[in-house]
Amino acid sequence: MSMWTLVVALVSALVVWYLLARQLMAQPWLADGEVGYTPDIEAFASPAKKVALFFLLAVISSLFALFFTAYMMRMNPAHGDDWLSIPKPDILWLNTVLLLASSMSMQWAKNLVNHQSGKSPLPALIIAGVFAISFLVGQLLAWQQLYNIGNLQISNPALGFFYLLTGVHGLHILGGLYVWARATIRVFMGITTPSINLSVELCTVYWHYLLVIWLVLFGLLLTT
Amino acid sequence: MALAVVIILLVIGSLLFHFLSPWWFTPVASNWSNIDSTVNITFWVTGVVFVLINLFLAYCVIRFRHTKERRAHYEPENKKLELWLIGITTIGVASMLAPGLFVWAKFVDVPADASVVEVLGRQWGWYFRYPGIDKQFGDTDVKHMSPANPFGLNPEDQAGQDDVLVYSSEMRLPVNQSVKILLRSTDVLHDFTVPQFRVKMDLVPGMVTYLWLTPTLTGEYEILCEELCGVAHYAMRSRVIVTEPDEFKSWLATQPTFAQTVTDGTGNAEQGGALYAVCAGCHGPEGKGNAAMNAPAIAGLDSWYVSAQLKNFKTGLRGTHQDDAYGKQMAQMAATLVNDAAIRDVAAHISTLAISPSEKTVSGDVDNGRSLYMTCASCHGKEGNGVWSIKAPRLNGLDDWYLVRQLHNFKNGLRGTHNSDAAGIQMARLAQILKSDQSINDVVAYIKTLK
Amino acid sequence: MAFVAIADRDHEQEHHDPHTFVSKYIWSQDHKVIAIQYGGTAVLVGLVALVLSGMMRLQLAFPDYFSFIRPNEYYQFVTMHGMIMVIYLLTALFLGGFGNYLIPLMCGARDMVFPYMNMLSFWAYLVSVIILMSSFFVPGGPTGAGWTLYPPGTILPGTPGSDMGILLMLLSLAVFIVAFTMGGLNYVTTVFQARCQGMTLMRMPLSIWGILTATVLGLLAFPALLVSAIMMIFDKTLGTSFFMPAVLSMGQALDHQGGSPILFQHLFWFFGHPEVYIVALPAFGIVSDLLSVHARKNIFGYRMMVWAIVGIGALSFVVWAHHMYVSGMNPYFGFFFATTTLIIAIPTAIKVYNWVLTLWQGNIRLNVPMLFSIGFIFTFVHGGLTGLFLGNVTVDLPLSDTYFVIGHFHMVMGVSPIMVLFGAIYHWLPKITGKMFNETLGKIHFWCTFLGTYAIYLPMHYLGILGVPRRYYAYGLSDFIPASAQSMNVGITIAALFVGVSQLLFIINIIWTLTKGKPAGSNPWEATTLEWLTPDTPPKHGNWGHNLPVVYRWAYAYSVPGAALDYITQTDPQKGGDIEEGDHGKH
Repeated sequence: MSMWTLVVALVSALVVWYLLARQLMAQPWLADGEVGYTPDIEAFASPAKKVALFFLLAVISSLFALFFTAYMMRMNPAHGDDWLSIPKPDILWLNTVLLLASSMSMQWAKNLVNHQSGKSPLPALIIAGVFAISFLVGQLLAWQQLYNIGNLQISNPALGFFYLLTGVHGLHILGGLYVWARATIRVFMGITTPSINLSVELCTVYWHYLLVIWLVLFGLLLTT
Repeated sequence: MALAVVIILLVIGSLLFHFLSPWWFTPVASNWSNIDSTVNITFWVTGVVFVLINLFLAYCVIRFRHTKERRAHYEPENKKLELWLIGITTIGVASMLAPGLFVWAKFVDVPADASVVEVLGRQWGWYFRYPGIDKQFGDTDVKHMSPANPFGLNPEDQAGQDDVLVYSSEMRLPVNQSVKILLRSTDVLHDFTVPQFRVKMDLVPGMVTYLWLTPTLTGEYEILCEELCGVAHYAMRSRVIVTEPDEFKSWLATQPTFAQTVTDGTGNAEQGGALYAVCAGCHGPEGKGNAAMNAPAIAGLDSWYVSAQLKNFKTGLRGTHQDDAYGKQMAQMAATLVNDAAIRDVAAHISTLAISPSEKTVSGDVDNGRSLYMTCASCHGKEGNGVWSIKAPRLNGLDDWYLVRQLHNFKNGLRGTHNSDAAGIQMARLAQILKSDQSINDVVAYIKTLK
Repeated sequence: MAFVAIADRDHEQEHHDPHTFVSKYIWSQDHKVIAIQYGGTAVLVGLVALVLSGMMRLQLAFPDYFSFIRPNEYYQFVTMHGMIMVIYLLTALFLGGFGNYLIPLMCGARDMVFPYMNMLSFWAYLVSVIILMSSFFVPGGPTGAGWTLYPPGTILPGTPGSDMGILLMLLSLAVFIVAFTMGGLNYVTTVFQARCQGMTLMRMPLSIWGILTATVLGLLAFPALLVSAIMMIFDKTLGTSFFMPAVLSMGQALDHQGGSPILFQHLFWFFGHPEVYIVALPAFGIVSDLLSVHARKNIFGYRMMVWAIVGIGALSFVVWAHHMYVSGMNPYFGFFFATTTLIIAIPTAIKVYNWVLTLWQGNIRLNVPMLFSIGFIFTFVHGGLTGLFLGNVTVDLPLSDTYFVIGHFHMVMGVSPIMVLFGAIYHWLPKITGKMFNETLGKIHFWCTFLGTYAIYLPMHYLGILGVPRRYYAYGLSDFIPASAQSMNVGITIAALFVGVSQLLFIINIIWTLTKGKPAGSNPWEATTLEWLTPDTPPKHGNWGHNLPVVYRWAYAYSVPGAALDYITQTDPQKGGDIEEGDHGKH
């Protein structure tokens, strides 16, 4: 819990400091009759969807940080001394590579869109999606392998957490795939509006973010 | 305007209520009188703030109410005033926090000479354990728990052999001796509270928590559970008796050690069979009961329940009320069992008798009874088979007329009134949920349908 | 005008006028309609919770009479009353209701930036309410574990509703969290992205500051509840042992081992304490605006008020374990959490001072919203001060789990926010409906609620000091609870039933307003903020007609020296007053 407290304290301190330094010291009653510029509109000159994604990632960070904290607290002997490390299926390494490849393909698609090269991002998008889906299939296989080992007790928190955390991460990938599918279909149908470029860009950010979460999660699973 | 007057009246009224109301702390019976001091300090500081802010509020409402002629004063902020207010507030907060932390430091720091007692909570009652001569507790584990070993002591652990086990609902403590109370739970969260001691702490399954205190006044105090622990939470009570040290020692000597309970065992059904001849006169050779003699069927009742009830009859915990004619009769019969071993043997014999269905004599609304029984099922089980760990006996297979009579006895104070009969008192509290005679018949009619 | 185009940009694609009845009032994407849908649902479900509390009070006062209230039902009422009031009424009404209505109007936006997601948010909320209510009709009934849902009892027999009831509760909470997250992302993004020209952060009304900060708290804190809900569902259905230690249940040892009930409590309160401020901060913000408008005076110390809101929000993440002083956690945590908890009292006290100082030298109109606002100050001072007892670890020892706690949190989290809610509804009702409510009815409603609630909760504190435990179905015979305490229980119940019934006045007043209310005009309170300056009352879809407003000043230009009227609207381009008024700020 203390780690999460620290994270929240740091993040909120940074946000508050940022706002404080820029705006919160203003004495608004002095600027009577002036339009006054609205600096954050300039500062956040990014589209609303991008800002919303930023906040969504903050929410997801909070979610996973809390899961990780619960994980580590449960390992702590003060909260139970029955943690038995479980074997980690080797396929997880392959899955990591798949997710990395998916993320890179997304970046490729984003570069194509950004550079206005005229090339369609469609192949890059499809490859990224296929890699992501294979990642999910790989995760399911990992579950299958663990299940087949047979002599593992579900009351062992290490096993429970394995299913729980990989499952929650997988659900987030699925959610991303929904947005990806919408964008890909629209690209396939030949629509080229700025909003599609934005979708591709935001998908890319999300993909990288879930890759980072997976790497942290995988690290946590491997070391415990 | 009316608002201002009302606010002033509310302030005066609150002060009057504070000083005149009869509800205040129970007299403190432990060393924690300084907790009362921290409460009093907080009352004074917050009381002054409460009065000042609200009187100023009332003043503003009277003095600055709306008129067309006047304009409000324009003043966006006043740094100096705000800084002063922050400063004063900080001092006020510190004046409450500092004593609080000071006393907490004492609470956290258990005196080295404190003796140790364990309080074991369960749904919905309390057991107590004293460490014995070696001043050490034996290991425990949920997997060792059984009717014969409700504490879950590890039979292999030597440290546990001399642990003194208190099955009755009374805990005793010597006056003026510091005691560290270890808290353990077998099932869900509970909280050990004695209002007169001031301190309390949760019991958490899977871990041992603690608190410490020094009782300073002899007397009897109620133990309450103050963490919601299920349907009978409100009936999970017990007593702690603070006595002079000598009295405490002689009481402790009368309680069995774990080793003794193991040696005593659960009773010998064969020897019990011989003793049962006396019982058979009324309850019948197969324990089927005899309605004409007001003797209920007892065949197949769990031995832990039968021994407990026989002991209750014998020691005056049950069957003493002047209106409980049949109970008094049974008490006389129970007195013929010479010792605890005899009680255990006869109980063991009764538990081996086969249950046979009895006639239906009570009519009631089974559907309403089913809904009423939801509360009963929390202890006696959905099928009415009884749950030993809750000290709830089996209900199915019993005579319905007997159940009706006992529910009336519980409800009307004929049974379950003795302070040492915790399970009985609990049932008496729960019998109050049957708020009419009809509901008693309904629930019994439903119980009769259970197999 | 290029600037306006930036602020308006996101609406170009998604801004369609609805044409049919269904698209206008049912599947509406208009923030004002969604606000009313949220508010109406919350009030309805709140009435259910009110009835539940009435039944609890009946049992406590007259334990021998009501045969349909048995311990199972009693604990189910306790649980559902608490959960509904905290989550499904207060959180939903402040953020889903007022957040939705006020953010676009007060910020000068045409709508939320994602109207479709906003609509989904409401429908998901409605689903969560339906799931919750359905638990009344499943075998075993709803969960009776207390609103804190502490394991292991929650999912073991012996607690009512430990099979279907608890699963539906957890599912409903998960759906609610999804609904809240969709709404919350909208609120935050709208505040940051869609404010009109000239609306700097420090020109925003405090209502927006309160709602914004509360939303950020909610976005970061609700995941903790989601995590604990998911883990508990796993424990219940799959047999994992996250929270479940080795226990004996109904005489049988279960397969669980090693889990930690305290871990759940940490997660729960890491959500649960910020939740208090998710409710309190919007109330703080809204009441500041009501006091300022009706006292015809700027809110005193605006900057300090903003900093206090942000500061309280940040601090609320480091005080959670003050709910766990006697939970059996490491007792050394007590020092840290008592200190942080009492520190949070300082910014809270500043807010109280500044409300009272706003009234000082004001020109106070004692209308219905103002009565509720001043009533709030009284109840909040009371509730806040009793919080200093429970937040201070030693003082908490004798008081925790007693009626003192009930008295405290109902004053601070029940009565106080509800005073603000009523004040706010009366304040904005003329804008929402275009009609004026009945002043006399409103005043009677205020007096019944204000005096009635104090009569309920003041005595509870003293029962708590006596040691009367909370969550008891019946007290029966007891050594230390005198008969006078039981008579007090009867008195409290009468007051509670009186308050409950008097809420009918509010509903009657709403109906009266809709049917008989006189047209209110666009700005009946002579307020400065943007929502009163819409071209239409009630505001139409898109809020602002053809042109977005442009803001020239802060939200609190009341009684500015030298100005013709005692208020200058935010869109008024005139230079207000003279240079002197600026100097006041430099003391």
